[in-house]
Amino acid sequence: MRWTRRHVLDTDDWSTEEIQAVLDTTGAMVEVLSRPVRRAPPLRGRTVVLFFAESSTRTRVSFELAARTLSADVVNISASGSSVEKGESLYDTVRTLQALGGDVVVMRHGSSGAPYFVSERTDAAVINAGDGWHAHPTQGLLDAYTLRAALGDLAKKRIVIVGDIVHSRVARSDINALVPLGATITLSGPPTLMPSAWRCGQTPAGTTYEPDLDRALDGADGVIALRLQKERQEGGLLPSLREYTRVWGLTEARVSLMRPGAPVMHPGPMNEGVEIDADVAHGARSLVERQVTNGVAVRMALLYLLVGTPTLEAS
Amino acid sequence: MERRELEARGFLVTPGFIDLHAHLREPGFEESETIASGSRAALRGGFTTICAMPNTEPAIDSPGLVAEVVARARAARGARVLPIATITRARAGRELADLIELAAAGAVAFSDDGSPVDDARLFRHALEYARTGDLLIIEHAQDMSLSRNGVMHEGAVSARLGLPGIPSAAEEVAVARDIAIAEMTGGRLHLTHISTRGAIASIRDAKRRGVRITCDVTPHHLSMTDDWVGGSRAFAWERGGSLAREDGPAPVRSIDRSPSSRSRPSLESPPAPLATPYDSATKVNPPLRSWSDVRALWDGLADGTVDGIATDHAPHASVKKEVEFDQAAFGISGLETALSLVLGGVSVGWCDRDTVIRALTSGPARVLGLPIRDDDWIAIDPDAEWTVTPEALVSLGKNTPLLGRRLRGRVVCAVVGGEVRYEGGLRGASPVGSR
Repeated sequence: MRWTRRHVLDTDDWSTEEIQAVLDTTGAMVEVLSRPVRRAPPLRGRTVVLFFAESSTRTRVSFELAARTLSADVVNISASGSSVEKGESLYDTVRTLQALGGDVVVMRHGSSGAPYFVSERTDAAVINAGDGWHAHPTQGLLDAYTLRAALGDLAKKRIVIVGDIVHSRVARSDINALVPLGATITLSGPPTLMPSAWRCGQTPAGTTYEPDLDRALDGADGVIALRLQKERQEGGLLPSLREYTRVWGLTEARVSLMRPGAPVMHPGPMNEGVEIDADVAHGARSLVERQVTNGVAVRMALLYLLVGTPTLEAS
Repeated sequence: MERRELEARGFLVTPGFIDLHAHLREPGFEESETIASGSRAALRGGFTTICAMPNTEPAIDSPGLVAEVVARARAARGARVLPIATITRARAGRELADLIELAAAGAVAFSDDGSPVDDARLFRHALEYARTGDLLIIEHAQDMSLSRNGVMHEGAVSARLGLPGIPSAAEEVAVARDIAIAEMTGGRLHLTHISTRGAIASIRDAKRRGVRITCDVTPHHLSMTDDWVGGSRAFAWERGGSLAREDGPAPVRSIDRSPSSRSRPSLESPPAPLATPYDSATKVNPPLRSWSDVRALWDGLADGTVDGIATDHAPHASVKKEVEFDQAAFGISGLETALSLVLGGVSVGWCDRDTVIRALTSGPARVLGLPIRDDDWIAIDPDAEWTVTPEALVSLGKNTPLLGRRLRGRVVCAVVGGEVRYEGGLRGASPVGSR
């Protein structure tokens, strides 16, 4: 298929073919990353601006590595030390970004929808690296790639996503990437951490809600645990982290309810001992490190599809 | 006085509209609106009388400030401006303002709009105290603990967009409280910008019991749904292509993402105009609700549960709106598009035109306890089409999700106290000579 998108803001309106195209391209990038000299030229002369208005090390480094591997120039505008912290408006920042003339703006922002605001006001291609509770498209795509690599065709596979769904851009982007590939998703977690509409029967197509984690995991093909922010307890959404861990924490006993060898994933950073036990996080089923590696390849794939010139030959 | 004769044949001539709820922003926020610009925008929308909400800076909580608003409005020579004063001093929700003195200075009603009077005991005392002189209390009914941090209607759309929601219950809990307190005190209470099905049901029931309450709904809540935040621009009556379907047609941009349904063209619905999601022009409080809520508001209008249509005209300078959605100010600039929006619902038979016109004229007059003036009247061309553009709007607030939209129905002439104060498109409307 021919790639036509200019931005990656949300995958909620992507076709199955588009998602597959990204995953196939990711496969080619995994090959580039396995070369002795991890460097390819398709973004030579291009500038990628990393605009992180919310602190993040992992995602920013992953994008930076992806851009540099494809020979792009990388400029960082991060929250600490930049004018974002001095109260510069997003509007001003966008005008600056526009004047700098980057080809791609990779942005992380605390407000849902902020990448749409930027994409409307700049000529650069915008990649959403996480906005509020809304979307984290590259995480959804890398999770889909990782699961497909582990399980093969995802049709009729059932994946459990457990934890703080309502505040999770990862959960939304996982749904948007996995359902079009044929997977079904069981959402689990405390009712206070589910969007009320999804709790009351209006779950997105391809998903169901099962608050009982044991029942959700029974016979599942994989599980993705979400990070639990400690402030949820102070917000009155949870009685205690201890109770959360007891009811919704991933333990060895729980994950063995799934099919034999069914993988365990986590977008990181993990609160070991809260949403996931250390022995599960680092056990035989864990794909957590694979997710990190694949993350670079997925981000390379998107940069390549958006602004790359069509050659992957080593320089 | 010069006497002029106007040829308004073929137009709909009605008493001037009365808006129970407009924000004129002066004093304090003159970059968003002034008394002059707002009262002229009102005429453009057919409103010859508007009630100005007191959440200015400073808030209108003293007789001198009321008098100042009256004086500035008179000088502006736009629509008549009736000041509303605050219920509580500085609109802080802690102690009552001098309601009787404020009324004597010209305040026609009292409201802390923008916020409810959160303290139920203080609200009770306001209604009790206002019985001296039978003063009108207007309440923005919202439970602040339930709506906290919310920026749009809580439902399937907020779940998809990852935006914190304002549940319908935030309004319904407050309406139930307010009805109980109105019933207990016998005070005269008006609930403004009602937006949910449950609130309409409670008000209908309370009116049947004889509680002295009235309410209004806004043109935007009568026409737009929470799908607009997600980028839809289909009016409630346009959804699904078939008009007025009772079961609530499928959302325009649904989350039905199963492989079989992907890229399957919908056969029954015309493509709705799509805008970029998270447009802060759709951010308003109370939020744009569901299709079912919109239908309930129209039903309330048709059966008399709803006494008036009020704009909640909330103009904002672009700096308040050209920001992230969750940082943006709440409010839609509404005076100039109100007529077109409500005529849309009339055109599909959700309510008859006379009822809608009454809700813009005699309904609000009765809420205020004022007579309909026969020297305030307007002429409407219900079929004229116009495009909403920043230049077309007289209001300084260009914050409306209707920008670029073609609407039907416009005011061609507005007369206040026998004086033609607005003329636009009235064919043959030039003076035919003084006599």
